[in-house]
Amino acid sequence: MKRIIAVLVENKPGVLARVSSLFRRRNFNIDSLAVGTTDREDISRMTIVVRGDDKTVEQVIKQLNKLIEVIKVSDLSENSVNRILALIKVSANTSNRGEIIEIANIFRARIVDVARDSLIIEITGDEDKINAFTNLMRQYGIKEFVRTGVISMARGSKVVEAKV
Amino acid sequence: MRAADAIVKALEYEGVEHIFGIPGGAIIEVYDALYDSSIEHILTRHEQAAVHAADGYARAKGKTGVAFATSGPGATNTVTGIATAYMDSSPLVVMTGQVPKTMIGNDAFQEADTTGITMPITKHNYLVTDERELLKVVREAFYIASTGRPGPVLIDLPKDVTTADIEFDYPVEINLPGYKPKIKGHPKQIKNAAEEIVKSERPIILAGGGVILSNACEELRKLAETIPAFVVTTLMGKGAIPETHPLSLGFIGMHGSKYANYAVMDADLILAVGCRFSDRTTGNVSEFAPEAKIIHIDVDPAEIGKNVRVDIPIVGDAKLVLSELIKYIKYKQRKEWENKVNNWREKYPLKYTQNERTIKPQYVIEKIYELKPDAIVTTEVGQNQMWAAQYFKVSRARQFISSGGLGTMGFGFPAAMGAQVAFPESTVVDIAGDGSFMMNIQELATCVDYKIPVKVCILNNMFLGMVRQWQELFYDERYSETCLRCKEMSFEKIAEGFGAVGMTVEKPSDVEDALKEAFEIDAPIVIDFRVERLENVYPMVPAGASLRDIIDEEY
Ligand SMILES: Cc1ncc(C[n+]2csc(CCOP(=O)(O)OP(=O)(O)O)c2C)c(N)n1
Repeated sequence: MKRIIAVLVENKPGVLARVSSLFRRRNFNIDSLAVGTTDREDISRMTIVVRGDDKTVEQVIKQLNKLIEVIKVSDLSENSVNRILALIKVSANTSNRGEIIEIANIFRARIVDVARDSLIIEITGDEDKINAFTNLMRQYGIKEFVRTGVISMARGSKVVEAKV
Repeated sequence: MRAADAIVKALEYEGVEHIFGIPGGAIIEVYDALYDSSIEHILTRHEQAAVHAADGYARAKGKTGVAFATSGPGATNTVTGIATAYMDSSPLVVMTGQVPKTMIGNDAFQEADTTGITMPITKHNYLVTDERELLKVVREAFYIASTGRPGPVLIDLPKDVTTADIEFDYPVEINLPGYKPKIKGHPKQIKNAAEEIVKSERPIILAGGGVILSNACEELRKLAETIPAFVVTTLMGKGAIPETHPLSLGFIGMHGSKYANYAVMDADLILAVGCRFSDRTTGNVSEFAPEAKIIHIDVDPAEIGKNVRVDIPIVGDAKLVLSELIKYIKYKQRKEWENKVNNWREKYPLKYTQNERTIKPQYVIEKIYELKPDAIVTTEVGQNQMWAAQYFKVSRARQFISSGGLGTMGFGFPAAMGAQVAFPESTVVDIAGDGSFMMNIQELATCVDYKIPVKVCILNNMFLGMVRQWQELFYDERYSETCLRCKEMSFEKIAEGFGAVGMTVEKPSDVEDALKEAFEIDAPIVIDFRVERLENVYPMVPAGASLRDIIDEEY
């Protein structure tokens, strides 16, 4: 089972290494990891997607909490907005370019670069949407693919914040 | 002020009285500053031993131990020591030299990625890259090492940081937003626990090292007497209750007594305090105490539910939680259970038979206990450790010092050294195996140099005994690389070569006199007890088996 965990950490050198070292040492599987500073420069937010049963995920959260530089850990697996951004370079020629653009539009993806025999498409969405779109693009030939890890935010009034 | 001087001054502020270590180029400035300090530095002969000594010091005294090493090989030599302390939650601050900031990453002479290497074996570590952060880091390190669940903290000091000029304004306040150990237990959970305890018919208290770390022994004993409940411990929990107490059943696990293991397996309630249910303690964890409700008190929430299912978790400091818990406990007689356990105790005592020819290792330990029941005892790892745990009845916390989690051969002797430095007036005995002692034997030089009168009692079976025992029992006596037979070697002469006192004892009838003599001499002593080579540790729970399947020697 996949779970999404948000981790607020002090923005210090080595924090990322500490977190990834923890995952390796405890034999936890990271599916994806996204990091960036928050609106506060001294605090970064990591979004980690882990695979495991309830017990494993409970351990992940507890072990993360033990790291001195980790300020807060929240489980955002449920009732949250999750986004991935992907860039896909697809083969395209005059005969199928229109068709590709049409599909992209349906997915609210954007064409960000056009070349003689390819397009770069930018798409954001959750895992399912990205996968669905990617599968549709396979028939044209995917030349290159890159995506970010998931970033996530709880719906409604729940806020993941550092009270410091 | 030179940063190196500020470091030493900070250590004085933290109340440091002793440091164990070895200097080198990258940490030479700090050693220069130490030259004028009142802090006593003990120059060990290996950095691993420096860390074990600081660890032994910490475990004996209940105060953070401090070790120094230089960059590169000095730092990498500390790794086993740090990992040992980490597994047993021992508070240490280890300071290592590092190449200058400007050279980090260039594979400079004696550069090693010390913070990278020690990340998974420290509670926290620091690479100080800004001298203005230095004092804050030292303050935090001591705070982190000794609070919550204690553990080792490492500070890596680039040489140019130690030579920088800084202001000495030692911080009082600590601001660690991500580090707030929860020490008060949840009142509702405590009440629930009390209810279950009062209801129970066959309660057992399982005390781990956390009881000792949080100074909760008094509370534990009172609670046990009030319920009343028998108390078993883990190896690390030895000393949490006097082992001569009528409610004490000693330690459980792979080489615990039959009666202690049976009692745990038959309990309908286990109150586990400050322990982590390691595999050596629980045996096959899925079969552990099948009928028991488990209450688990620990300051580290990650330990709760990690290895065994827990019915009532209580996160908090053992001392605080137990003193709350006891308020809700009412005495209830449980005659049937009491009789049952006491019958087991009578029926399955620890046993061995001493003959007239060869010394039994257990006999040596019984004699040490008889002559010096108050001694601080450290152990090496292997059979010696298990016999020490079985036959030395510990009467107080911090009296029994052993590498439980990592099982580090070579720990006992330097740890004894550290304990002796902490308590110069006490008798400190290292119960050793010949294999383990060899792993830090060079520290005899330190002991002689600083007049640290540790008594090393080698149970010399000329084997890597514990591994040989496994080979005998589970590998058809195929003794692959476990024989240390070397007739020409004499520990007595080695000891003398270092300037220590050496003795060799071969006859059972000489054991007592040799020990008496040794305890009279105020100098480091090595006694080479030539023991029965093929003696095994019993009883034993085979690896992976249930505690119920504990086996005894066949007579
Ligand atoms: C550093 C280290 N290496 C290897 C081992 C594996 N090991 C566990 S017990 C043991 C034998 C110990 O022999 P000795 O010190 O002579 O003690 P005995 O068991 O004979 O009492 C070994 C090799 C260990 N625990 N630690």
